[in-house]
Amino acid sequence: MTNTLHRYSEHYAVAPGPDPAPVDDDYIVFAMATRGVNDDDLAEKYRTFARLALAHNPVNVGDATKGGMYRPQPALNPLAHWKRDERPDPQAVVDGIEGHTTMAAVFRTWEDMEGFVEDLVAADLGVSVNVSAPMDAAARCCKAAGITRHSVEYSIGFQGRLERLPERAVLEIGTMCGHGMVSHAFVRKMLDWVKEGRRTPAQAARYMARFCVCGVFNTARAERLCEQARRGTS
Amino acid sequence: MRIDESRCVACGNCVPICPVGAISIDPVARRARVNRDECVECHACYRGMSKEHLYPPLVRAIRRVAAALRFRFDPEPDICPTDALTPETLAWPRVVRRAFSDPQVPHESTGITGRGTAEVKTNDVTGRVKEGEAGFVIEFGRPGVGARFREIQAMTTALAALGVEFERQNPVTSLMTDPRRGILREDILDEKVLSAIVEVKAGLEQVPLVLGAVREVSRRLTTVVAVGVSTRCDASGGDRLRAILEAEGYPAYRGKTNLGLGRATAGRLS
Repeated sequence: MTNTLHRYSEHYAVAPGPDPAPVDDDYIVFAMATRGVNDDDLAEKYRTFARLALAHNPVNVGDATKGGMYRPQPALNPLAHWKRDERPDPQAVVDGIEGHTTMAAVFRTWEDMEGFVEDLVAADLGVSVNVSAPMDAAARCCKAAGITRHSVEYSIGFQGRLERLPERAVLEIGTMCGHGMVSHAFVRKMLDWVKEGRRTPAQAARYMARFCVCGVFNTARAERLCEQARRGTS
Repeated sequence: MRIDESRCVACGNCVPICPVGAISIDPVARRARVNRDECVECHACYRGMSKEHLYPPLVRAIRRVAAALRFRFDPEPDICPTDALTPETLAWPRVVRRAFSDPQVPHESTGITGRGTAEVKTNDVTGRVKEGEAGFVIEFGRPGVGARFREIQAMTTALAALGVEFERQNPVTSLMTDPRRGILREDILDEKVLSAIVEVKAGLEQVPLVLGAVREVSRRLTTVVAVGVSTRCDASGGDRLRAILEAEGYPAYRGKTNLGLGRATAGRLS
């Protein structure tokens, strides 16, 4: 399940420029247990993970089997078209944890991520913890938290029929749901709606986040990209 | 997935939601249709859209009046107003589509729980990839293109010829009838999935060889391939892999870093 590995940025363009802009608002920390090894009292370990994450201003927290802080609403009133509850629901994530899953938290700043990792080190949950981010940022985080990297996995980008991939802004937003549940056509529609003034970047980001089933969609980065598209600077 | 004609009001909201573009509006019937050959049974439409459960004839009447007056209603874009999306009970081999496309479904079709393996994410407790080794995660169809197993087999046979080791717990490996040659079951070859991951392991010195083969085969496919390469770090947290990748011209900007915080707590690992 490589759901956070291939988040697209300019660095992975077919012909990247000489100095691609760093991605400095997208850091993911996730936890995963191994059956029979460290899955004792697992629901409580994962609840601790989520509670610690919520103390560091995450833009999303998710349980891969239940969803993130933004979820589809199964029984809306027609008035939702005019007034809809769009608030994130982190408590639903915490309350829904039952056992084996992958827990993830997404941060918009390196400092928030690093603070969370320090808390995880202190909590000593025993489950495997990974950072999915620019490799240098993750290495700095390890150094600051006083830990040594165990293993690394590099994304080396896309190959094959690259002409079937969408334009950069759509790809950058769409790959934030690595499971592919946020379709390119829907991202393009949301970018168009933002440009037409029919929705705000924040609203567009929330619509898209509801389709991400594991909660790793970064609404802050999506909002920034929608705003850049609106200004024509993407 | 199918769309209940008695409930669909042809609002079109589900059309852009489909990750593989399998939904369209039939202009004669005035209903949404699913192209079954293209649908990968990912359930993004059924699970991801919010619902209103409105009375279909009333919604159709309102839409007809609005259309006659050329009024453009500006609805919420992620709602199916009449709950028309209806999952099907899937039989073999079509059930494989859902197993590889819906991230919330266990791999019952392959006998393996979960969409793939934990790769290097739990390497701190499993030791799957060791120092001096490279783990390859070769993913077909994502983002947003989809892939058929016949194309995946083109890659697995090429990799098998190199003598690499397929990960035994991987769902694609479990569909092989001859892992030594990378041959998959004949009856699934035309099934389309949103994504499938092939995992192999080799020595670090073989990284250029394996990636060269992946690149060569990828040129002949009609889908996209995303590649990840992993290794175990040394005692100081360093790794030789990054230099190898960069020397071969691959970007190594982002990825996953296993922090090494995992340990046996259930008392079953010696």
